[in-house]
Amino acid sequence: MQNIDLIQWIAFVILSILVLGGGLLVVTDRNLFHGALWLLVSLFGVAGLFVMLSAPFLAAVQVLVYMGAIVILIIFAIMLTRRMMGIRESVNARWPIGLVMSALAFLVVSFILTLASSSQLLAYPANVAVQPDSLINFGKALVDTNQYALPFELASLLLTAALIGSIVIAREDG
Amino acid sequence: MVPLNAYLIVAAGLFSIGMFAALARRNVIAILMGVELMLNAVNINLVAFWRFLTPATEASSGLKVGMSGQAFAAFVFVVAAAEVAVGLALIISMYRNRRTVIAEDVDTLRY
Repeated sequence: MQNIDLIQWIAFVILSILVLGGGLLVVTDRNLFHGALWLLVSLFGVAGLFVMLSAPFLAAVQVLVYMGAIVILIIFAIMLTRRMMGIRESVNARWPIGLVMSALAFLVVSFILTLASSSQLLAYPANVAVQPDSLINFGKALVDTNQYALPFELASLLLTAALIGSIVIAREDG
Repeated sequence: MVPLNAYLIVAAGLFSIGMFAALARRNVIAILMGVELMLNAVNINLVAFWRFLTPATEASSGLKVGMSGQAFAAFVFVVAAAEVAVGLALIISMYRNRRTVIAEDVDTLRY
């Protein structure tokens, strides 16, 4: 048991380094194309965290939708606006305010989390009822009229609207 | 088992990084990538809370686990995909009409 715990911690630390390091390089890399590639690293780390949280379906969707589709779209946009890739100054004039704000947000949240770590809520043990076959429950919940059938259908409507909207916006003679 | 706190702190860090990108970068595509990082941080939080805090309801056929956290994360995926599609269409249209992808250069609505 102790051994499994250690392996889980090692995996967690590696994935966290991927997530946070990749994210930092997305923000700091002046070359936007490299930033998009670092975004892939960060998203892969998030997929690994999903696996550790026993949500393998979401990890697969993360790889397919985020890494496969969204990052490719972003790279397409970078290529199509290639003339702007040579800009040296990547942050605006008020970037120190942004840095202070985001650092403050992180410090406040992690301070509260360390305060609350001894309390009842966050010392809660991992839910033993989560089984590997919970994917079946997930599929049933998405089409169950008492649970998520309406949002599920609305999501397809939203995707259709986004598809048509982006075609209309990006059309040559729009 | 890695505790819930560790996941939450990683998610908070990722959210702050994305927030800095959204606040400080000049290129609109970089701002969009920051928004993607923030959405991913939210997804980590949703799945972590689902894993640790979902109550198991006693159904007729044994123990049944609620799926709210995963379902919300899936809808965040949908919204992120829609947002990126529309956002990149806007960026391409903006580049075609104004020859720029710098957020400060597109400030007609500001005054």
